[in-house]
Amino acid sequence: MANFHLNVPQTATVTSTTPVKLSARDLAFYYGDFKAIKELSLDVPENKVTALIGPSGCGKSTLLRIFNRIYSLYPKQRATGSVLLDGENIIDSNYPLNKLRSKVGMVFQKPVPFPMSIYDNIAYGIKHYQRLSRADMDVRVEQALRQGALWDEVKDKLKQSALGLSGGQQQRLCIARAIALQPEVILFDEPTSALDPIATGKIEQLISELKQQFSILIVTHNMQQAARVSDFTAFMYLGELVEHGSTETIFTKPTKKQTEDYITGRFG
Amino acid sequence: MHSHDHILKSFDSELDRLYDEIKQMGDLAIAQLNAAIDVLNRRDSNAAARVVANDDAIDALENEISMDVLKLLALRQPMARDLREVYAALRISADIERIGDYASNVAKRSIVLNNSPELPAATRIARLAKTANALLADALKAYADGDAQLAAKVREADADLDAMYTSFFRELVTYMMEDPRTIGACTHLMFMAKNIERIGDHATNIAENTWFVVHGDMPEGERKKEDRTSE
Repeated sequence: MANFHLNVPQTATVTSTTPVKLSARDLAFYYGDFKAIKELSLDVPENKVTALIGPSGCGKSTLLRIFNRIYSLYPKQRATGSVLLDGENIIDSNYPLNKLRSKVGMVFQKPVPFPMSIYDNIAYGIKHYQRLSRADMDVRVEQALRQGALWDEVKDKLKQSALGLSGGQQQRLCIARAIALQPEVILFDEPTSALDPIATGKIEQLISELKQQFSILIVTHNMQQAARVSDFTAFMYLGELVEHGSTETIFTKPTKKQTEDYITGRFG
Repeated sequence: MHSHDHILKSFDSELDRLYDEIKQMGDLAIAQLNAAIDVLNRRDSNAAARVVANDDAIDALENEISMDVLKLLALRQPMARDLREVYAALRISADIERIGDYASNVAKRSIVLNNSPELPAATRIARLAKTANALLADALKAYADGDAQLAAKVREADADLDAMYTSFFRELVTYMMEDPRTIGACTHLMFMAKNIERIGDHATNIAENTWFVVHGDMPEGERKKEDRTSE
C-alpha cells in the first residue's frame, strides 16, 4: 500500500488516515489544443466509492479515460502531470498498458457484451492474462458472475448468447467481465443511465458490495445516485475540481457556491 | 429566504409556499397569544373560548406544511440548502404548532380564573407575553429574511424571558404563602407563565433552525438559561 493519504481540505468528516488508491496530481489533459482538464489533483480512497459529478463537458468522463489510459488510443490526446496507482505513475508510457488494464477495470454507460456466450464473455478477458484449466476457468467464471450478482439468473444458460440478456443483466455481465480480471480499481461511466429503476437498484446494491474489494470511481448525472452509492463526491466544472468531500457533506452542506448551485438545480 | 433561481421554476414556487405557510402560522400564533392576554385582562370567558377554538387553524396549517414537505421530499429530492430549508420548515411548523397550543392553554386557564376574584399579579402575565411575542416575531423575521445574526440575538434574548419568568414564579409563591386562598388562582397563573416561558424556548428553536438553514450547522455554545425555578 502506498504511503500517502487522502487530502480533502473542505470536509470535516473525512479522516486524514483514509488510504489512497489512486491519486491524480496536477493532472491536465488536452484534446489537441483544447485543455479539457486543468491541473487537477484528486485522491481516490481505497475500498470506497467516489462519485464524480458535474455538468456535461466538465471533464468527468475524460478523467475516467485518463485513469485507464484509453485516450492513448487516439492521436493528439495527451495528459500531463501524474496519476499514481499505489505510487506508480500510470500515465507514464513506460507503465505497461496490459498491467494497467488488469488493475483498472471500466464499465461504460451502454452495456456492450461481446457477441458470444455468457460464459465466453467472462472467460475472454481472463484468457488474455492467464492460462487456466477448464475447471479453474469454470470456477473463475462462476465467481465473477456471482460477484456481478448475475449467477442465479444465468447459471442454467451459460452457453447462450449474452445478447439475449436484458439491459440490466447485460450491464451486470459487463461488471462481472471487469471483475473477472481481478482489478483493484473499477471505473463506472454512468453505468445505469440506460436502465430502469429495478435494474438500477441492483447495480447500485452491487456497487456497494463491490467496494469491500475494489476502489470505485463512478461518473453519474443522477445526484440521488451519487448520494446513494458514494462515500465521497467530487464536483467538477469546466475541467476543474471545484469541491471534493464526504458525500454527506457535499449534499447537505457544500462549501462552494458552484457546488450548491449545481446540486440544487440552479445551473447545469 | 431562498433564492429564486432554480432551473425548474415550480420548485421555487413550492419553496415560496412553505415560507408563506410558516408566515401565516407565525402571524396566527402571535395573534393568538395577544388575544389570550386580552381576554385574560378583560376577564371575558366567551372570547377566551373563541381563542381556544381558533387554535384549530394553526393545527390545520401545520398539517398542510407536513404534506407539502412530504411532497417536496418525494418529488423534488432537495439537496444542500434546499434540503435544509425543507427540513427546517417541518421543524419550525411543529414549534409554531406548540406555541399555538400554549397560547390556547393561557386562554383556557383564563376562563377558570374568571371564577375567582381578580389577582393583581395577573397583569404581570401580559408583560411576560409581550416579551415572548417580541422574541417570536424576531425569530420569524429572522427565518423569513434568512437572517442568521438576528436568529443569534433571539437565542441570546430568551434568557431575559427566563429571568422574568423566574422572578414571577417567586412572586407567586410569596402570594400563595401569604394568602393560601389564592393558591388555586396562583397555580393557574403559574402554569400560564410557564406556558409563555416555553413559547420563548420554541422561538429559540425557530431561531436555531434559521441559523441551520443559513449555515448548515447549529449555533455554537449552550443556550443561555435563566429559568431558576427548579433550583
